[in-house]
Amino acid sequence: MDAPAKSGQPLPRLDARLKVTGGARYPSDVAVANPAYACLATSAVARGSIRAIRLDEARAVPGLLDILTYQNANEIKPINFFSKGGQAASSIMPLSAPKIWHDGQIVALVVAETFEAASEAAQKIAVDYDEEPPTATIGSPGATVNAVADVSEEHKDPGFGDADAAFAAAPVKIDAEYSTPTQHHNPMELFTTTCLWSDGKLVVHEPSQYVYGMKNGVAAQLGMDPGDVRVVSAYIGGAFGSKGSLTSRTAIVALAAKRLGRPVKLVSTRDQGFTIATYRAETRHNVKLGADRNGKLLAYSHEAFELTSRPDDYNVAGTTTTAVMYNYGAVATRVNVVHADRNTPGFMRSPPEVPYMYALESAMDELAYALQMDPVELRRINDTAKDPNPGNPRPYTSRSLMRCFDQAAAAFGWEKRSPAPRSMRDGDWLIGWGCATACYPTQIAPAAARVSLTPDGWARVQIAAHEIGTGAYTVIGQAAAERLGLELDRVKVELGDTALPPGPIAGGSNTTASATAAIVKACDAIREKLFRAAAGSNQGALAGKPIADLDLAGGRIVAGDVSEPLTAAFKYMGQAAIEEYVESVPHGLAADAMEKLYRGRVALAGGPKGEKLMFAFGAEFVEARVHARTGEIRVPRAVGAFAAGHIMNPRTAHSQLMGGMIWGISAALHEATEIDERSARYVNDNLADYLIPVNADIQTVDVIFVSETDREINPLGVKGLGELGNVGTNAAVANAVFHATGLRVRDLPIRLEKLLPSV
Amino acid sequence: MRPFIYHRATSDSAALQTVIGGAAPRDQPPTSARAQFIAGGTTMLDLMKLDVMRPSEVIDINRIAGLDQVEKTPDGLRLGALARMADVARHPLLADYPVIAQSLTLAASPQLRNMATLGGNVLQRTRCTYFRDPSWKACNKRDPGSGCAALDGFNRSHAVLGVSDHCIATYPGDFAQALIALDALVEIRRQGGERVLAFADLHRKPGDRPDIETALAPDELIAAFRVPAAPWTRRSLYLKIRDRQSYEFALASAAVALDLAGDGAVRQARIALGGVATVPWRAREAEAALVGHKVADDVAQRAAEIAFRDAQPRRRNAFKVELGRRALQRALLETASLEI
Repeated sequence: MDAPAKSGQPLPRLDARLKVTGGARYPSDVAVANPAYACLATSAVARGSIRAIRLDEARAVPGLLDILTYQNANEIKPINFFSKGGQAASSIMPLSAPKIWHDGQIVALVVAETFEAASEAAQKIAVDYDEEPPTATIGSPGATVNAVADVSEEHKDPGFGDADAAFAAAPVKIDAEYSTPTQHHNPMELFTTTCLWSDGKLVVHEPSQYVYGMKNGVAAQLGMDPGDVRVVSAYIGGAFGSKGSLTSRTAIVALAAKRLGRPVKLVSTRDQGFTIATYRAETRHNVKLGADRNGKLLAYSHEAFELTSRPDDYNVAGTTTTAVMYNYGAVATRVNVVHADRNTPGFMRSPPEVPYMYALESAMDELAYALQMDPVELRRINDTAKDPNPGNPRPYTSRSLMRCFDQAAAAFGWEKRSPAPRSMRDGDWLIGWGCATACYPTQIAPAAARVSLTPDGWARVQIAAHEIGTGAYTVIGQAAAERLGLELDRVKVELGDTALPPGPIAGGSNTTASATAAIVKACDAIREKLFRAAAGSNQGALAGKPIADLDLAGGRIVAGDVSEPLTAAFKYMGQAAIEEYVESVPHGLAADAMEKLYRGRVALAGGPKGEKLMFAFGAEFVEARVHARTGEIRVPRAVGAFAAGHIMNPRTAHSQLMGGMIWGISAALHEATEIDERSARYVNDNLADYLIPVNADIQTVDVIFVSETDREINPLGVKGLGELGNVGTNAAVANAVFHATGLRVRDLPIRLEKLLPSV
Repeated sequence: MRPFIYHRATSDSAALQTVIGGAAPRDQPPTSARAQFIAGGTTMLDLMKLDVMRPSEVIDINRIAGLDQVEKTPDGLRLGALARMADVARHPLLADYPVIAQSLTLAASPQLRNMATLGGNVLQRTRCTYFRDPSWKACNKRDPGSGCAALDGFNRSHAVLGVSDHCIATYPGDFAQALIALDALVEIRRQGGERVLAFADLHRKPGDRPDIETALAPDELIAAFRVPAAPWTRRSLYLKIRDRQSYEFALASAAVALDLAGDGAVRQARIALGGVATVPWRAREAEAALVGHKVADDVAQRAAEIAFRDAQPRRRNAFKVELGRRALQRALLETASLEI
């Protein structure tokens, strides 16, 4: 099916005005009657156990209502970690026992009449610990290492051929170590939870990228029927993965509200967000690339280490992506997890691709210099239309990587680049240009949706998908408006509520593909009913017309030059509304995928998993400037060209990709959660010390859409692009800095002290 | 945050009267006093929310009349302590003192500069993350005798000059570097009187009492800063090196003012260094080394080496010695080449 033209329009967001006027109610904005306010107290040590909690001072604070600790609130039931079939972001259960697993673990929840009283009381809780020496990070004493292939049921290290021999024999080689730091999402909206009970039923208002996951997970933790739990999350003030799985705070707040018989609202602090939720863990990589003198890749090997907590095997294992990226002659990979005394990491925008593509694309750039070859040409020589593994030569459904490179290079002015490092300069500033490949797997999940249409030409679309700032209301509305022949403002879209049919997790850039697949199916069922009524009627202008000739447009049923109002078809049917509830299960998933969706379990098809490879691609070009005397690094411009199938809404897509590139610049130059290695505690857990760019740091960021049609991926031919934009940027910046200075920084972020030796 | 009583003073004598009621004992620093002055609040409210400062009384001095003036005096410039950073930065009288205007403009964000006062700005407290988070037990500045977590911790932003075994916290401000470079004086009001102090004597190096940060007594209030007119003030600049373009503290900065002879040789130099020291830092020996020389690469480099001769780096901030040198070298060269 051709992608409908109208859905490609750059329509403004349906919720734009609400968001800029304060009309959008984020979960902690939702008013509840007579709330009590909660604050958390968290641990100041990373490993050990609580010897005593002294609550006298806290209890003396006027307005104090309750304090939950492991001593009085250990009734929450364990559920599985999400990769072990549950919904939990971590296996660590903070109030279940005195054991401390990581810095900033929740040790108490204080509830009071006011936020101020709760905050004061939380500060007055005194905890004595029996401390044990903690393990901070990869390479620290006490860290334990496991191969992911040994501990994961899903992951197999990709590889084929004899990569060691091919590397040994290759005339041109790169063998380098790269690392990425700990990073935290720091969404503007803090981690909040409001819980209220009524007649044994629980309502949770919490920003969530997966309300059905939260509903089912909380129900299991509290020993409830999931039907008695409702989760509402109509707007989310930034998530980036951090609100994708169920953290421990939710059930604790629910328990507090139950004990008190009164709604309880928690708004955690910025520093607590570093430890009560998830983060992107630090990674280390050893990449070996071997090539012949023409640049043909003979060998690629990649061993990686990823940090995780003591109990959980969280890993991103991005070699499943990198191993299919180029036409390698042989591949060997191995991914390891390193357990330390840290909170469990989790999804963060493009979880596997950001660290692994940084390593690969940096090595590719190094190889291009070793070959004295244009880095774009190196990618062209090794471009592939299929999995390079000759034992499994799966084709890409579409791959427009080199068209992205060519369009981005032209817009950037790449042909004016002087290839030698340190050869471009503007006064005291060294100038460098770099580029890298961006990619992201195209994934799709099961989804259910309800769509209704009334004779007056209003449609209502209901699906528990999520608006995390991406424009989901708008794009989902556009899909329905297109199929029902309505203007967008005649479509009411409801999202983010478990009272609605289950939608997919807002993760893996699958929402547009998954939700629209269900919505198109529902709309088509409505169309079918209307058309049958109009054509099957013995009266009216459309009577007897072939159904295939009918369409919906402008609020009417049309066939060529003749049309009838919607009201006529409803009259023939003797109905005042049509409502369709549909379930959509994408090809490639097991038969129970839909049932799992209702139970809050994630299943994604596509990407590198199926019979064909499904990916979106991009090429990113960056100019870096480094001061020749003091080493400051600035990125005045970036150009990205992206091919992601049909673009539903170029306006929201542009923002997604531009925002991704800005984040990529941020990650390359600024972001790092610093860890005090002695105590395994985060040091810069605030937005003054965890640096992100300010407006003055970001100047020109150009986004180019490269046209692409892919009829195999999903009904509308869309590839998710929410996570595409920040994949290539880290390497593009690092490669540009090398070109400017001649110094290769392989450990992110690139800060001026690392460049001082070169300037 | 803990509850506190809010007073609003409309005269300096009333403010001083109130604060004396809650003053710290004489051997304790004013920052630990039960009663605290508040002006812009841009540092203290943060520290109260973080539970680092716990005053039970707060005396709002914003309504005290006459302390927010920027005026020309026979000796130079007088800057009222309650003047807002943003207002001072764009004041026409600052045209002859570019280093002051730049130090203010390059600090903080527009919102903060609109709120923060000059007096509060020079008294802003360190950004040491171990100081600002009471869950770290060891901080001699916050809890005398408890130790210093920064010495062997994450100390990338910490000082290399003026440090002690008890504290390496960086003095974070920019404006103070301009003041100390230009030989400013501080007017201090006290109950029943006034005293004038060299700005260079206002801040105290940490030594073995890093909790005592200034020479102010608990019952003293900064009223104004006096900046003497001098031949070098017009040829001056503030260079700030930091991780991002704006809204960030200095990793290293240099306030430089030069008086050049007709042939370009330095008659007088004034140098202060920010981001690298525990207090506003005047580099007098480096100044002396410049006198009589034209500012060229090698001369600037030698001055920079002298300025950092006594630096004591730690593991994560060792780069600041080299960065500080280069910042000063660059600032000297840029100042010498200014067209004035």
